[in-house]
Amino acid sequence: MITLNNYSKQYGSLKALSEINLNIPSGSLTFLVGPNASGKTTLIKSLLGLVKPTSGNIAVNGITLNGDYEYRKEIGYVSQIANFPDNLTVDEIFRMVKDLREKQKNYDEELVSGFQLEPAFNKRLKTLSGGTRQKVNVAVAFLFDPKIIILDEPTAGLDPVASSLLKDKILKENKKGKTIIFTSHILSEMEELAQNVVFLLEGKIFFNGTVKDLINSTNRQNLERAIASIMNGVQK
Amino acid sequence: MKILLKIIKYQLHDLSRSKWIIIYTTFFFLLSYSLFTFNKDFSRVLISLMNVVLIIIPLVSTIFGTIHYYNSKEYIVFMLSQPIKRSTLFFGLYIGLALPLALSFVVGTSIPILFNLGNIHGGFDVLIFLFIAGFFQTIIFCSIAFLIATLNENKMLGLGLATFSWLAFSAIYDALILFLLQILQDYPIEKISIILSMLNPIDLARLLVILKLDISALMGYTGAVFQKFFGSSLGTILSILSLIVWAVIPFFIGIRNFSKKDF
Repeated sequence: MITLNNYSKQYGSLKALSEINLNIPSGSLTFLVGPNASGKTTLIKSLLGLVKPTSGNIAVNGITLNGDYEYRKEIGYVSQIANFPDNLTVDEIFRMVKDLREKQKNYDEELVSGFQLEPAFNKRLKTLSGGTRQKVNVAVAFLFDPKIIILDEPTAGLDPVASSLLKDKILKENKKGKTIIFTSHILSEMEELAQNVVFLLEGKIFFNGTVKDLINSTNRQNLERAIASIMNGVQK
Repeated sequence: MKILLKIIKYQLHDLSRSKWIIIYTTFFFLLSYSLFTFNKDFSRVLISLMNVVLIIIPLVSTIFGTIHYYNSKEYIVFMLSQPIKRSTLFFGLYIGLALPLALSFVVGTSIPILFNLGNIHGGFDVLIFLFIAGFFQTIIFCSIAFLIATLNENKMLGLGLATFSWLAFSAIYDALILFLLQILQDYPIEKISIILSMLNPIDLARLLVILKLDISALMGYTGAVFQKFFGSSLGTILSILSLIVWAVIPFFIGIRNFSKKDF
């Protein structure tokens, strides 16, 4: 379970997130939506301790984050942009993360074979395409069978085959009871995944509930149009 | 500790294959080789080597260090999403950078010396101190590089500051001191000049090497004053201590920034 209490983050005079109260229950599948610069990435980075709060706090599985790092054992994270040291090989990246978490031995290598990464194992990272690099990034996040999986625009850069494979994987892991949080700009593509929607706008939570509630409350036929109608409403 | 060693291990894997490190090693090899070819006197070779080394090592360490940090940004985010302490990662990245740079210098310079062993009579203590000076220049300017990079999100500004800090320590500072000594030449300024040279890590490293040579009086004002005030051994100890301070302070400010900042 992830809880945010009055969480605020300010960069200089820019309020990225203001007084967020949010509760993400264990085993839920949450779609974090919002226009550019609405605070999605800041929120995700806050959960990982990459961004330090201006005020308020976050608790992950009951532990309040306070510069601690052990709790990240339970988290798999896919960042927007993947980059690794240029001269390491794909194989070395996998060996490195396994080395770093040597106590965690139940590897989930389904995506490694699913993405057909084996032929690239001996290639250096700098020779790989952006898409392949993103595949490595995604496969590493799922490698340790984490209880919480956080994906920031995971399908950006992935081809349709890889992206649908990833979506299947997300649904499968969620059925096993994993907590999953993800963001994407392609609402129609992700609609099949979303159960809960958290809609962020200008650093505040504008809507938090199920997809059905959101669609019903706006009288639109799908998630994309429902979100668009809310955004139009706010702008007017 | 275990995690730290693992981070360093993969950093070394990465950098040892980097073309820049290979070029850097080759540079020192060619430099040392050509100095030996044109000069048969070992102590002269060492002085020429020292003069180039004290310009090149700070330059490469600051610029390469800053670029390396900025290029590793996404990798740093990736590593910090793993169960790793921030200070451990910073330490690992730092050693993973400074160690290959220092080794490049020692290995590149040593190979031609090994080939010329027959022609060398004495002077090995100076060589050891040249290596120590080069080592300190590497770790000091790598920590300055990391300090600058953690303070500035803007890559261009960071690189500009890195270049400027190298220029300041290698040229501007000496020019200012000369100017000051010129103005104040009628006063007793030995003590001031000692303190001033301790405030510049490049001067300190130069002192460290020339105190081992018999010609320190010929090597500029501060060398002579240092010799006179402290004698060789106390002078050596003092300059090593100041060099350690120079490496440690920027490193710790850098690690503090790194632990506090947002990624």
